[in-house]
Amino acid sequence: MYQFNFAPVFAGFDQLAMGAWLTIQLSVAAMVIGLIVSILCAAGKTSGITPLRFVIDVYIEVIRNTPFLVQIFFIFFGLPSLGLRLTPNSAALLALVINFGAYGTEIIRAGIESIQKGQVEAGTALGLSKLQIFRYIVVKPALRTVYPALTSQFIYLMLTSSVVSAISADDLAAAGNNLQSQTFASFEVYIVITLMYLVMSTGFSAIFAVIEKAAFKYPLSR
Amino acid sequence: MPLIRPFGLPEFWIILMAAQWTIALSAIAFAGGGLGGLLTALARVSDSRWLRGLSTGFIRLFQGTPLLMQLFLVFFGMNILGLAINPWVAAAVALTLHASAFLGEIWRGCIEAVPSGQREAATALGLRYVNRMRYVVLPQASRIAVAPTVGFLVQLIKGTSLAAIIGFTELTRQGQIINNATFSPFAVFGSVAVIYFMLCWPLSVLARRMEFRFSRSAVR
Repeated sequence: MYQFNFAPVFAGFDQLAMGAWLTIQLSVAAMVIGLIVSILCAAGKTSGITPLRFVIDVYIEVIRNTPFLVQIFFIFFGLPSLGLRLTPNSAALLALVINFGAYGTEIIRAGIESIQKGQVEAGTALGLSKLQIFRYIVVKPALRTVYPALTSQFIYLMLTSSVVSAISADDLAAAGNNLQSQTFASFEVYIVITLMYLVMSTGFSAIFAVIEKAAFKYPLSR
Repeated sequence: MPLIRPFGLPEFWIILMAAQWTIALSAIAFAGGGLGGLLTALARVSDSRWLRGLSTGFIRLFQGTPLLMQLFLVFFGMNILGLAINPWVAAAVALTLHASAFLGEIWRGCIEAVPSGQREAATALGLRYVNRMRYVVLPQASRIAVAPTVGFLVQLIKGTSLAAIIGFTELTRQGQIINNATFSPFAVFGSVAVIYFMLCWPLSVLARRMEFRFSRSAVR
């Protein structure tokens, strides 16, 4: 009968906590930068400039139809041969940004397309300024439309980020790999780490739900 | 024989041949996940509170943790159960469980999208649970389910790449091996990416077409 031994795992909990913190930092940074990429690409896609649209389409299709693991190998091992040498952590961030950007573009585009022209015209007719129209009629409803998709994409990004341990970035999964090789308590280490990921993903979901209630409270119809 | 060999057609051929393991693993996980997903979805919409709670927990667990950790847990868990560690079996089991949870959640949505009047009518006509599901609810739900299921298949094929990390030699792992011998990461991982793209892209296009056709027919 197998004897479970969690003592060495909790002895090394500092390492795991540090790893979890880096996972959160990586995910948040990748989301923020990735959103900027997404907004630019969505603007490019709706711009009507055909070559630009084609390039963005190729980017989205390539990223969405290849595994993240291969993307990160390509960036981490491939880019140095072009003279661009990256540390594991920055390669991880770059890969996550590129990956998130492809999924985010489609989400943002759906948000932009959800605003009907009549809404903006109604705002003009009511005498709202350009800034007011942009803020209350375009941005806020668009954000509300894309919010659920965006937040679940963030959770997915955070879970996917465990793959960056394959190039030994310092994230939670990599901290687990290190602890595992020191303690040989493989199953115990990965059980604890899996639970930490579960706590992080449910925690973020809960935070996002609170933000949604607070920020998008105004009624749709009376 | 030189220590570093160049990346040429024979090396590309070795990588291409490894794609059969990616396809085999995807097929097994998709078949197993299809069965598990159906059971999960039915449990999720059943009248029993126990079954509902159990299936909800199963889905939450697998959707809230990384696939990589699921692979590790099955891989090292087999050792604890006294089974020989085998990356091939571990990957197949982990991906099957993963697919069961995701397909279960997707199909639950499809079953619930069938208007409740259909089920009530079937009950009124005297159909019991099995026949009601088999002849009335599931055929209508499956029409809605095709597009998102094909979409998930793409995600699953990409997910099989993580089996490389536990040492199962499929497409990505074979790429790593060839890269270690040739030191041409650009060509190697470029080729690997192209092969994945050839597998996934047609499915993505198909899923999008079906979704588009379905949304048009739904408006009508």
